Amino acid sequence: MAYIPLVLLVVIIAWFVAAYNKLVRFRNQIKNAWHQIDVQLKRRYDLIPNLVEVVKDYMAYEQETLTKVIEARGAALSAKGPAAQAKAEGLLTETLKSLFAVVEKYPELKANQNVASLQEELTGTENKISFARQFYNDSVMTYNNAIQSIPTNLIASFFSFAQEAYFETEPESRAVPKANLR
Amino acid sequence: MTSGIPPACHSSCSLRGTPGNASPPGVGCPKCGGVNRPGADLCYLCGEALGAGPGASALVGGSPSPAETRPPLRPIPMLLFTEAARHNVRMSVLLFVLLFVVFFLLGTAIGGAYGDPGIGLGLSFVLYAILGTTAYFSGSSIVLSIHGAQEAGGEEHRQLRNVVEEMAIAAGVPPPKVYVMPSAGMNAFAAGRRPEEACVAVTAGLLDRLNREELQGVIAHELAHVKSRDTLYNVCAAVLVGAVALLSDMFLRGTLWGRRGRTDGERGGGGRGNAAFFVLALLLAVLAPLAAKILQMSISRQREYHADAAAAGFTRNPLGLASALAKITAGGPEVPGENRGTQHLFIVNPLRVFGPDASALMSTHPPTEERIQRLRAMGGVSAGG
Repeated sequence: MAYIPLVLLVVIIAWFVAAYNKLVRFRNQIKNAWHQIDVQLKRRYDLIPNLVEVVKDYMAYEQETLTKVIEARGAALSAKGPAAQAKAEGLLTETLKSLFAVVEKYPELKANQNVASLQEELTGTENKISFARQFYNDSVMTYNNAIQSIPTNLIASFFSFAQEAYFETEPESRAVPKANLR
Repeated sequence: MTSGIPPACHSSCSLRGTPGNASPPGVGCPKCGGVNRPGADLCYLCGEALGAGPGASALVGGSPSPAETRPPLRPIPMLLFTEAARHNVRMSVLLFVLLFVVFFLLGTAIGGAYGDPGIGLGLSFVLYAILGTTAYFSGSSIVLSIHGAQEAGGEEHRQLRNVVEEMAIAAGVPPPKVYVMPSAGMNAFAAGRRPEEACVAVTAGLLDRLNREELQGVIAHELAHVKSRDTLYNVCAAVLVGAVALLSDMFLRGTLWGRRGRTDGERGGGGRGNAAFFVLALLLAVLAPLAAKILQMSISRQREYHADAAAAGFTRNPLGLASALAKITAGGPEVPGENRGTQHLFIVNPLRVFGPDASALMSTHPPTEERIQRLRAMGGVSAGG
């Protein structure tokens, strides 16, 4: 009978280690998810000049759209702080959408193999950015759930695991974007 | 407020969509009457073009950024995947042990029927060791080569590779290798022991006929299998159940053809032990493949529902997968080179097309109609709408 407290102690320590490791795993996943977003954003910055280069000869009358895309890219690159960056990125997404809408109007542009593959790459990258943000938020939710629920919250507060913030879009970009089709 | 509504209509009308509710009105299909998501360009049920829906062609591939424009869908908690993955590892071990027992009984009985149970036991041990090792270490490459899958490297598969990468990000798994099967049928499967070494294969027919949104749904479904490690279990099951079936087949054919020329003096009358072993072997040869199959199938169906739900969580768009399933059922999921050993790997069973009430004990998948209904319910489309 004397070994019962010993067994209990071992079980408690084992649980403690497992719960702590779980929190560490969740926290690292959030960091990784955040970097994944950055990787995709950088890929988008790299793709845009190529697309602009290919389409600009065809789009003599659409210089305004192209200028907006280039400006938005520059603004997103130089934005400081998460809030400003989120806003600039949202604007860049909007301008790219209007560029794609314009491309639809030029049959010879749509038929161009380079444009088609660049467009697919950019669509893919746009989606990857969205999904990376979605995964980031899902990871944050799992982590926050863990550090707020009993009994892991005891470990979380003892080792000061702080809550993580969700990635939120700007209120204006939450509205469904309107495509300007004439 | 209710004065405008005729009393006769009152009870049924109150069940319909309330005006001013958040759910947008669907687009009715002119051909079959199915209610589609606003902005969809093809009917999700019959594939009929829905005319120029506003915004239908505004985006490349018709795939708006998923996180912002879709109704919020509850993500599948990560713990559930860890739980499912552990369960699958346990089930794989259990499968190995159970089939180990079945295999040895069968081997001993067959050995006994032909003279020496010990030799049968020894030979089946060697065979099982070889098959088990093969199943674990190269199960996925075997399955890929059976179906003639080629790695998707070319420019024409750029969209497929992009979609797979997108879904890998959404699922939080490393991007798997992508393969294309040169078949006009519409189907897809995933394989691999661990998410780190997984692969996804789709048929050329599927690529031809699904739009980007539907392809996302299919790939998300496959990556859900990868993430919960269904693929480990499935590939092991494919090889081991196949092995039991093979051994039984060999014995049954051997008795049908091989015994004819022999005299009673050489065999049959050789000893009482042999006759008893012979009956046992015959019984096992008939029952073992059946038992192995039921074991394999019973788990497979529940997994499909889970993978569908997880796919909806990854894409935040259950209607994409629902539409893909409808198209696959209508377009024919048959894949050449298909056999009973690998049917449970596919997103829709490639051997039979199920009717709404044709779910048998031995079927690897739930009826596709039921899966579509569940996905539509998640997407906020009411059943029968």
